[in-house]
Amino acid sequence: MAVLIFAESDSGFYKKSTFEAISYGRKLADQLGTTCIAISIGNKGTENLGSFGAHQEVLYVNELYQTFNPQSYAKAISQTAQQLDCNVIIISQTYTGKSIAPLLAIKQNASIATGVIGMANTIDGFTVKTTAFSNKAIAHVKLNQEQKILTIIPNSYQINTYSETSEIINLEDTIAASDINSTVLSTHKETGKIPLTEAELVISGGRGLKGTENWNLVEELASALGAATACSKPVSDMEWRPHSEHVGQTGITIKPNLYIAAGISGAIQHLAGVSGSKVICVINTDPEAPFFKAADYGIVGDALEVLPRLTRRILEIKK
Amino acid sequence: MKILVCISVVPDTTTKITFKDNDTTFDKSSVQYILNPYDELSLTRALEIAEQNAGTVHTITVGESDCDPIIRKALAIGAHEAYRVDAQPKNAPFVAHQIASHVKSENYDLILTGRESIDYNGGMVQGLLAELLQWPLINVATEINYSDQEITACRDIDGGRENVKSSIPCVVSAQKDLCEPRIPNMRGIMMARSKPLNVIKAIDLPEFTEITKYELPPSKTGVKLISAENAEELIDILHNEEKLF
Ligand SMILES: Cc1cc2nc3c(=O)[nH]c(=O)nc-3n(C[C@H](O)[C@H](O)[C@H](O)COP(=O)(O)OP(=O)(O)OC[C@H]3O[C@@H](n4cnc5c(N)ncnc54)[C@H](O)[C@@H]3O)c2cc1C
Ligand SMILES: Nc1ncnc2c1ncn2[C@@H]1O[C@H](COP(=O)(O)O)[C@@H](O)[C@H]1O
Repeated sequence: MAVLIFAESDSGFYKKSTFEAISYGRKLADQLGTTCIAISIGNKGTENLGSFGAHQEVLYVNELYQTFNPQSYAKAISQTAQQLDCNVIIISQTYTGKSIAPLLAIKQNASIATGVIGMANTIDGFTVKTTAFSNKAIAHVKLNQEQKILTIIPNSYQINTYSETSEIINLEDTIAASDINSTVLSTHKETGKIPLTEAELVISGGRGLKGTENWNLVEELASALGAATACSKPVSDMEWRPHSEHVGQTGITIKPNLYIAAGISGAIQHLAGVSGSKVICVINTDPEAPFFKAADYGIVGDALEVLPRLTRRILEIKK
Repeated sequence: MKILVCISVVPDTTTKITFKDNDTTFDKSSVQYILNPYDELSLTRALEIAEQNAGTVHTITVGESDCDPIIRKALAIGAHEAYRVDAQPKNAPFVAHQIASHVKSENYDLILTGRESIDYNGGMVQGLLAELLQWPLINVATEINYSDQEITACRDIDGGRENVKSSIPCVVSAQKDLCEPRIPNMRGIMMARSKPLNVIKAIDLPEFTEITKYELPPSKTGVKLISAENAEELIDILHNEEKLF
């Protein structure tokens, strides 16, 4: 019995959510009195994962893992779980994680909980809190099978650091070309930007910003803060901003420490994607805008005037 | 070309969520149910692909008889035949096993699902189904094309998009931008009445997971307003009190 964590990385860098997942796995392993093992597939970051709580690390470097195929990744994790006798598998709920987790659930004949936002309660059975109804409720899910899989929402568990070094273990990998059942033809990634799902600080703009010509105000504030940028659905529909920035029910769900919304009304479908944010600040000319009800701080005013003042103040403080 | 579209019936997003029986059960009374928005997209795209390839489109829903009006809507949009597995959709593995069991008795070339159902937002059924059937999975697709026994698709990945191809049969899940959802017209609604809605019995399965309790997320204590003239104060609070940067 051990806890296994998928250590997701991208181009030689672990994702922040990977460190969260490892810290989660370690806490759980301590709670269950067992070992915490991390597995990297295809590539890895530079850090030793012992610093985040892993006792052991497994690495598979076969070329076949260079492009992402849910089937082969699930196979690698499953064979590791079986060889090292792991019965809980932890995966960050990224696009990659979401494609692997259900395949693993079948391979392991496991109970699976998605949208996990808190540490498991293992006193009486095994129960986790998960988000439900697009962030409008929390469900307590009990996992009945011996084998368990959890997908954890990024930025919902704190990273802990340890002064430990993990032991690297080598396992035989049985992956073969026949395990790859779809082919990646080409990949396009936005470069030089903080990915929205990983950002701790996010500045978002809505239709109230009037047009693309004003987006420099959002970007200047974001760059002063080191934040990522986001937008409401109509803004991406009108192609003022790329679709990858659209947050909400039909877009990305984010959970940053800070979400500043400028010129966004706060429709329920928008809130569905951002209401998990720790601190929410709203700038809107309309004091009746629904977003104020979901906010911690609010400024009733014209975003076109307020945003530059916020940027200036940050630059003063940082000087 | 025979396509199966998985249709889930979910509460409308604007529904107020409440619980009963000491917060152990979701209160369905006064909830407005809709066809899951992502499943509207996959259904529309399935119809387009079927039209170009002289194909047929079946739908399947795991749910009780209160789902029938929504299933009729799918038929009105254009699906040829519908199946309903008569059981409460307890959780994603339960649903996936039911659908897989149906698929084994029919020859489908392609299964389309939504990226996620907007009730539990799991996004799991498609992957569970793909693995149960041992078919390839293309998850969160913004484009799906079919020709010569092959599916090519564009899928969302972390921080970008990727073009992929797979042989058929395979499972593909639909993301927004896939297409403009079709709306039923009068003729479609009339025709839907005489299309088959087959009810099938559920297979028995173990309880993989159970929901023991619900709670509402902690609500905000109230907004602190800062006047626009002193906008800078917001930054001071975020820096000094919230220590966010
Ligand atoms: C099925 C479905 C799914 C949806 N999914 C999403 C989703 O994922 N994400 C999403 O965002 N929306 C989604 N929507 C749309 C959502 O309902 C709203 O229409 C949308 O969020 C509104 O965007 P907005 O706030 O930018 O624009 P508006 O509603 O037009 O609001 C603009 C706001 O800006 C304010 N304003 C105007 N001028 C200024 C100024 N100078 N300074 C400051 N404030 C100003 C106005 O007072 C107003 O509150 C969905 C809708 C449906 C039906
Ligand atoms: N009860 C159900 N009946 C049929 N299909 C479903 C059901 N629940 C989910 N699905 C399909 O699986 C997709 C993902 O659902 P989920 O895993 O619940 O987020 C949905 O978009 C549907 O296509």
